[in-house]
Amino acid sequence: MSDTHMSAGFPERLPERLIDRLSLDLRPMPPLPRPGRRAALWLTAVCLIGLMLATFADLGRMWARLTATPDMAMAAVGAAATAALAALAAFMSSLPDRSKWWAALPLPTLALWIGASGAGCLRGFALPRTIVEAPDGSMPCLVFILGVSVPLSVLLVLMLRRACPLSPGLTAALAGLASAAAAATLLNLFHPLDAAATDLAVHALAVAVVVLLNRVLGGRLLG
Amino acid sequence: MTDPVPDEQVLSDRMGAALGGDALAYRTLLRDCVPLIAGIARSQGVGRDLVDDAIQETLLTLHRARATYDPARPFLPWLRAIARHRAVDVLRRHGRAQAREVHDQAAYEVQQDPGLPASEQIARRQEHQALRGLIDELPAGQRQAVEHLGLAERSLEETARLTGRSKGALKVNFHRALAALRRRSGSGPDV
Repeated sequence: MSDTHMSAGFPERLPERLIDRLSLDLRPMPPLPRPGRRAALWLTAVCLIGLMLATFADLGRMWARLTATPDMAMAAVGAAATAALAALAAFMSSLPDRSKWWAALPLPTLALWIGASGAGCLRGFALPRTIVEAPDGSMPCLVFILGVSVPLSVLLVLMLRRACPLSPGLTAALAGLASAAAAATLLNLFHPLDAAATDLAVHALAVAVVVLLNRVLGGRLLG
Repeated sequence: MTDPVPDEQVLSDRMGAALGGDALAYRTLLRDCVPLIAGIARSQGVGRDLVDDAIQETLLTLHRARATYDPARPFLPWLRAIARHRAVDVLRRHGRAQAREVHDQAAYEVQQDPGLPASEQIARRQEHQALRGLIDELPAGQRQAVEHLGLAERSLEETARLTGRSKGALKVNFHRALAALRRRSGSGPDV
């Protein structure tokens, strides 16, 4: 058995001991399910949490608010789509042979979410009769988004750990965005008021905190 | 000279077999990957002294990430992506280590080599070669006695068991061999 390989004119020493160890360590391992299926599994978990929370929510009031204010409905759609696409992007980015550009997948819906929420704020300024959240009333939103994001992030990072993200920080940040967007979507169940600038700022802060925590903590777990 | 690296289909088949638990196919695959990984590492700017590190890191990642390989997709892009990332990681780590280390050229130049001077090493090597030549010229029985009792420092009992000769015969052969070596090397009187 030869102990060198030739490539581009340079001999490589074969790491025989490492190859032996890895071969001896080999166990049958089925390939991971496709990223779309894994993202759908996580979204199913989000929907189950949503159904559970819906039992405590005033669905009629939520429906009335969303149908009366199209920008808020657009923001909710944007948040839900961002959660789905960011989860898919996170699973895609956890595979070595997929393009890094998958990370940009949730950007259009993120823009829709931010834009529609911003439009809601402008309406709050333009229409004096709009009922908006008082600044101190935004704290429950912050707590809700952080509280719901944590278990969703943990679940998503655990699912991602089965793969091998080559850019763990990016994958973890996408997982954070997916979790925060899902939490913000579920917040609509209990958020009967129109958006104010402070409200939007608190939401943005909550999402940023979740993404940052995932980037730091989740990145270490995935690295 | 080794076999050329197999083509994409062969590598994909081997990886598919490895996922099913075929250790032999996996071992062959890993061996085939080494020159590919080395080439990718060099194309990323990894120096020859760090290529082994890049190969090891890539093989370890390949092992850990093997469940992410989709048998319906080609193997080489998957391997290339891992190898490229690990090559960059090795370069980054090496760059950080260099930034931390203090370079003192003067201290390096005045550092005394703890080994023997080169001239003495050459003289010793020549002595070894000459002695080896003299031992090779001895009759078979004497040479055997010197190799076991002198060079390998085995006991009489062990040598007797290994060679099938009696202890007495071994002793006689050993003393005759030493006398012959002294005589031929000019370092002692004839015995």
